[in-house]
Amino acid sequence: MPDPSKPEGSPPARKPRPAGAARPPRPKRVTEMPAEPWTGALPDALKERYGDGVEKATLLGGQQLLVVAAGNARDIIATLKDDHGFDYLVDVTAVHWPAKDLQFEVVWILYSFASNQRVRVKAAVAEGSKAPTVTDLYNSANWLEREIYDMFGIEFENHPDLRRILMPDEWDGFPLRKEYGIVQQDAAWVRENLKIESAQ
Amino acid sequence: MPEATLAPPPSADATLLDSNELVLNMGPQHPSTHGVLRVILKLDGETVLGTDCVIGYLHRGVEKIAENRTFQQFAPYVDRMDYVAAVSNGLGYCLAIEKLLDVEIPPRAQAVRVILTELNRIASHLLWLGTHALDIGAITPVFLCFREREDVLMIFEKYCGARLTTHAFRIGGLQYETYDTFEQECLAFCDTMEERLKEYHDLLTGNRIWVKRTKGVGILDAAACKDYGVTGPLIRAAGVEWDLRKAQPYCGYEKYDFEIPTAENGDTFDRYMVRMEEMVQSCRIIRQAVDGLPEGPIKGKVGKVIKPPPGEAYVSIEAPKGELGYYVVSDGSLQPYRVRVRPPSFVNLAALDKMCRGSLVADVVAIIGTIDIVLGEVDR
Repeated sequence: MPDPSKPEGSPPARKPRPAGAARPPRPKRVTEMPAEPWTGALPDALKERYGDGVEKATLLGGQQLLVVAAGNARDIIATLKDDHGFDYLVDVTAVHWPAKDLQFEVVWILYSFASNQRVRVKAAVAEGSKAPTVTDLYNSANWLEREIYDMFGIEFENHPDLRRILMPDEWDGFPLRKEYGIVQQDAAWVRENLKIESAQ
Repeated sequence: MPEATLAPPPSADATLLDSNELVLNMGPQHPSTHGVLRVILKLDGETVLGTDCVIGYLHRGVEKIAENRTFQQFAPYVDRMDYVAAVSNGLGYCLAIEKLLDVEIPPRAQAVRVILTELNRIASHLLWLGTHALDIGAITPVFLCFREREDVLMIFEKYCGARLTTHAFRIGGLQYETYDTFEQECLAFCDTMEERLKEYHDLLTGNRIWVKRTKGVGILDAAACKDYGVTGPLIRAAGVEWDLRKAQPYCGYEKYDFEIPTAENGDTFDRYMVRMEEMVQSCRIIRQAVDGLPEGPIKGKVGKVIKPPPGEAYVSIEAPKGELGYYVVSDGSLQPYRVRVRPPSFVNLAALDKMCRGSLVADVVAIIGTIDIVLGEVDR
């Protein structure tokens, strides 16, 4: 018999806990993403060929992830493309970790139309050192690497046309670095080009 | 199509008038660039020798904003990227965070998400069709397309109060239950839409001017599509039967019966045909989803405070314009450490140079239209 004082559909009242009974355990909060080592023909072949160049092969939340040394990144991506059919470079991006020695993490996301799988390749580069370009392997890397240069200031070695793409050419600073403030701007550029004191 | 050749270098005493080459600036304030896109064209007479895109006029730093907001606070911002397909943007973002949180979405929420996303795909394609035809010189379709698009926007407005930047979904499911006549209105819209599509075909498909302006224009074959990372209707028009809804189903798309329309030549006309057929398939999906709309809760087990464990995920969906991906890195705090948006418009626009080379200057407008870019998403 439903309680007429409660609106329909409201949850049933809880039974009072008997005195002295133990409090039921709280549901455990997930503190880590499920990760397991990625084994199989593909990571094994890469590990065999590049040895320590492949630092880690993980299935992070079910997604294939390779952590590689920056010096080997271009060769590994070339191997993935030529020997394993990863013919589509989905995205290139970067993450800034100011506390780490190698501050920048460059991330390549590859996809294979033939086997319908994705793999994410990550390599860490230090502030001031160059990352390898993959523009000679995939044309899509051209604009994506320009955007990383624009936002993080990471230069790509042998990129054919490394200019800023979203920010003005003369802009000072790289907005997606962690030390760059959310309201920070290049005040001199704003004054000179927009003829206003502040763009905020 | 004429072969693009560079004119011989002018001799030392040649003047500007002796050279055939001309650099022409198009935009950023130009009606056919669909926003603020600036294209610098290098021409030899009427033939395009090369192009350079200048973008960033709408750059608002969306990815930077994400790092300074909580996970929920950032959700409305994603609607402002591809603002003609805001529902798809929201879906991609929610799926990415749900992947980090590892939560189950109730079936009713999934079905409503599919219905709204497919309605938005039709709205986005309608806007593309109207403006694309307008660019090429056909004025009538834009009025007809906006008439149908209005029906979709009315459904959105009744559902969540907003027409364009809807913020229809929440992390974990939906905020709102559907309204009383939601199902009937969706079905009624599908009925009208299928009738009206025939009207568009009558207007354009057999139209001699339309065919002349689009057949063989802006060809991008399958190999070039893969090389440039071009996705969506562009790669399907080049004969690659690839759609993320089928290849890596999300949100329960594996339950629905639909086809991936493809074409062979990869030219502007084929992309038109593919998008037209996609609208028919979207109607099919909406009908199935409405018919089998399950009862039940509309939100999964997500706390009021969203705090994903440290980690990262890349989740992508088939947006109307191509593969829309979100790469989210969490450091275990309330704010995302990094949100990267893989925008289909940005990547597809990079192929503009390849598509324009060797074509006539008048075709550039048709090619920009056929890529279907939204500058809010290109510049973010």
